[in-house]
Amino acid sequence: MSLQFIQEPLDKATPHVVPAQAVTLNVNGEDHTIQIAPWTSLLDALREYMDLTGTKKGCDHGQCGACTVLVDGKRINSCLALATVYQGKKIQTIEGLGTEENLSPLQQAFVDHDAFQCGYCTPGQICSAQGLINEGRCKTEDEVREHMSGNLCRCGAYTNILSAVMEVLHDGDVVVDNGVLITVPVASTKASSVE
Amino acid sequence: MSQTIATPPTVRLDSDVIGKPINRTDGPAKVSGAAKYAAEFGVTGPLWYGYIVSSPVAKGKITKIHADEVLAIPGVQQVFSHENVSSFAWFDRAYKDDVAPGGSPFRPLHEPEIMFNQQPVALVVAETFELARYAASVLRIEYDVEKHNTDLDSVIGEAFDAPKGKTGFVPPPKPKGDMNKAFAEAPHKVAGEYIHRAQHHNPMEMFATTVDWLGDGKKMKIYDKTQGAPNVQQYIAKIFGLSTDEARVISKFTGGGFGSGLRPQYQVFLAVMAALELEHSVRVVMTRTQMFSFGHRPHTLQKLRIASDDQGHIQALEHKALAETSQFENATETVVNWTGILYNSPNTNFDYQLSKIDVYTPLDMRAPGAATGNFASESAIDEMSYKAGKDPLDFRLLNYTYSDPTENKPFTSKRLDDCYHEGAARFGWDQRNPEPRSMRDEKGMLVGWGVAAGCWDASMQKAAAKAVLSADGHLTVNSATNDQGAGTYVIMTQMAAQTLGLPMQQVTFNLGDTNMPAAPVQGGSWTANSVGAAVKDACQEVGKKLLKLAQKMDDSPLAGVNFEDAQFVDGHIRANEDITRSVAIEDILAASGEDKIEADGKAGPNPINQLKYSMHSHNAVFVEVKVDEDLGTIHVTRVVNAVAAGRIMNPKTARSQVLGGTVWGLSMAMMEETYLNNELGRYMNHNYAEYHIPVNADIHKIDVIFVEEEDDIASPIGVKGVGEIGMLGVAAAIANAVYHATGKRVRELPLTSDKLL
Ligand code: FES
Ligand code: FES
Repeated sequence: MSLQFIQEPLDKATPHVVPAQAVTLNVNGEDHTIQIAPWTSLLDALREYMDLTGTKKGCDHGQCGACTVLVDGKRINSCLALATVYQGKKIQTIEGLGTEENLSPLQQAFVDHDAFQCGYCTPGQICSAQGLINEGRCKTEDEVREHMSGNLCRCGAYTNILSAVMEVLHDGDVVVDNGVLITVPVASTKASSVE
Repeated sequence: MSQTIATPPTVRLDSDVIGKPINRTDGPAKVSGAAKYAAEFGVTGPLWYGYIVSSPVAKGKITKIHADEVLAIPGVQQVFSHENVSSFAWFDRAYKDDVAPGGSPFRPLHEPEIMFNQQPVALVVAETFELARYAASVLRIEYDVEKHNTDLDSVIGEAFDAPKGKTGFVPPPKPKGDMNKAFAEAPHKVAGEYIHRAQHHNPMEMFATTVDWLGDGKKMKIYDKTQGAPNVQQYIAKIFGLSTDEARVISKFTGGGFGSGLRPQYQVFLAVMAALELEHSVRVVMTRTQMFSFGHRPHTLQKLRIASDDQGHIQALEHKALAETSQFENATETVVNWTGILYNSPNTNFDYQLSKIDVYTPLDMRAPGAATGNFASESAIDEMSYKAGKDPLDFRLLNYTYSDPTENKPFTSKRLDDCYHEGAARFGWDQRNPEPRSMRDEKGMLVGWGVAAGCWDASMQKAAAKAVLSADGHLTVNSATNDQGAGTYVIMTQMAAQTLGLPMQQVTFNLGDTNMPAAPVQGGSWTANSVGAAVKDACQEVGKKLLKLAQKMDDSPLAGVNFEDAQFVDGHIRANEDITRSVAIEDILAASGEDKIEADGKAGPNPINQLKYSMHSHNAVFVEVKVDEDLGTIHVTRVVNAVAAGRIMNPKTARSQVLGGTVWGLSMAMMEETYLNNELGRYMNHNYAEYHIPVNADIHKIDVIFVEEEDDIASPIGVKGVGEIGMLGVAAAIANAVYHATGKRVRELPLTSDKLL
């Protein structure tokens, strides 16, 4: 009655796995030399070999932007980058933008606008926003929305992300029209007043 | 804004922090990358990596695993499968977690049988992540394949009534009157069938566990992605026969959950199993594709019939639902009840059934059941309003209920009417031309305005907390609760600061560690209420001790003052009667000579009081869509979401919850669908590129209105929770707006362009 199915391996198992090699990466102004397999992604190099876990893995396939870092000022998806290729480049991660005690203007704006909830997409959003500011192309709300759309936020903090980015982009001179908060105070709603 | 802490000793003051839009206390850690999620903790000694191998077949049996081939690769430590994993717990009830539905839980690597596609069948452990991933990719496994069935439509005839038993599940209300007769005789009626398929939670952080093997007997620190560390601990402890000391579970930050982390997922089992067998630290992280291998919002088929008289009063109301479940568990949701809570009808009928297919068990996903039922019922109500010749908002107000018709109980509080009025005013609803296809923007795009209401439970669970005030005046409060992004860290800090009248900077709230007092999983919108009340209780107990110590001081100005007659403000305890009778908390601590003052607090439901009432939060959502008829594209250009959910602890973080809920509603309405290929029995779009969720460019203006309610019955601290309510109403309001724009009623989600063309 049953059919045979063999889960075909992607490759033949080989006992001769290429050995780890020394790779030197300049991250946040510091050189780190690590021993890694040549196919190690920049994202895994940062997270698993350098304890720079601020850069997040949301998909490992270039689909979410959680792993965004800056290389020579430009934003890239570090999960799609082989670490060894980035020797000699200036890599900047969220840890290099500011610290808990000394936040960068973008980081502070994200806190002030509550531009995150779980915080997992946040380092990628901030690095991406920094890249966007470095690029110097986007000015309007629609442009920023469009150019921040490579970074998914499952918590749905998008309107607040827009507010935070626009604030830093325009030094606080632009008021973003993306929704308000209104609180209507308590009236008599006690159960006793029920009809 | 109102400030009513239901019990003394607090009074409204400028220094109050509850109800203020305060930044998250965990914000700086999150924006600087310092916040550590489950896969990011360091361990003692070297770390090994486990990579999960998933079954490519939906049903069958593993006949051979060629583990020897990959074990020959230097650096590969072990290949775990049913062949070499000893049976830990004999009874499957050991695998039951706190929120498990009825049935027999999935036991990873327990037997060769395959029950669903992507079932984990092996764990390859190696010295590096790269090696584990490589070794897993070359592992050969042979299966005997059996015929699966993942087609819900084919098993409609096998539907059975959903069994009771799961936390939060309420069976459908009893029927009233004569539904069929009333429907037949009414002058205006609608009937429709509504469909949505499976949806997957997909929090940004993938499920991950890092086990730190401490080298001291079986002691481990288990860093897990979960919405409830205590639930994971009891699951792990029962399965592996460990003490709570050995299985300490830690979850400081959770990169989203939305229900997916309510139950312990299989990576925690695999990581702990590997650590115990290898006596070594191990990390296991799922892939994004594997994030589609467990719970999901179930594919559900719904039928609604509504009829009204000539004045627009509902005379007949019927809501039936049929949802999928797995072969091994009966996942239940409360789907149809909400319709009966929102609208009164003399004749009703409700029904909720399940049918089994070869998939993993569905799992609560943001506003579980309610989001499903709400889309169908609020679409049908809208359709009914047109049939009855009423404005959709007027129709809802006309059929408004002041008590819960399903239980014949009054609500503890309900300001849905004010949500309608405030929301409509903000939105400009009175400018609406009722005629479908009557409104266009300056570019000629069709414009549609839609409205819908929502309803969710206000509920409370047992929770505990501990407060410690140290001699230097710093207050630390601990509870093993969770913060998946809800704002638990900041609102509990506010609650503690407020209760003892201390500045926020002098208070630290910790969570997510099973060494702390127990708290329920974060779900059901009950955390703010339950844990908040426990934190308040613990702080009040510290306050009582402080007052006693103050009264022991020489010539104490507080001599003879009862706790109920004292207030804690600006670092002082003061007599309510005469606030010049005051002692600084600092001075009390110094005079007492104690190095710390600590107290435990707890909270839980109060059934004696609460059983007389129906307890719910409500919302009203107004949406504008613009439709390009040539392309079938829909843009949601404006949303007003008015929420009545008791008192709002922190409008900044609560607003974020509602913004997130709104995005979720939009996502459900327009994008989300996990496409199940019945030939293969497999979810096909199992990645972020093909499983669509909104991006920044999809989201425009969202106004949030909080209509505050005073409610000391639903909650001792007046809080109902906002985690789910913001999502409700949104999908239906969008579908209703699309109808208003185009004249086309779409009853199947998601509302993609092909359904409009
Ligand atoms: S982890 Fe790199 S894009 Fe998702
Ligand atoms: S803050 Fe959670 S995914 Fe963006």
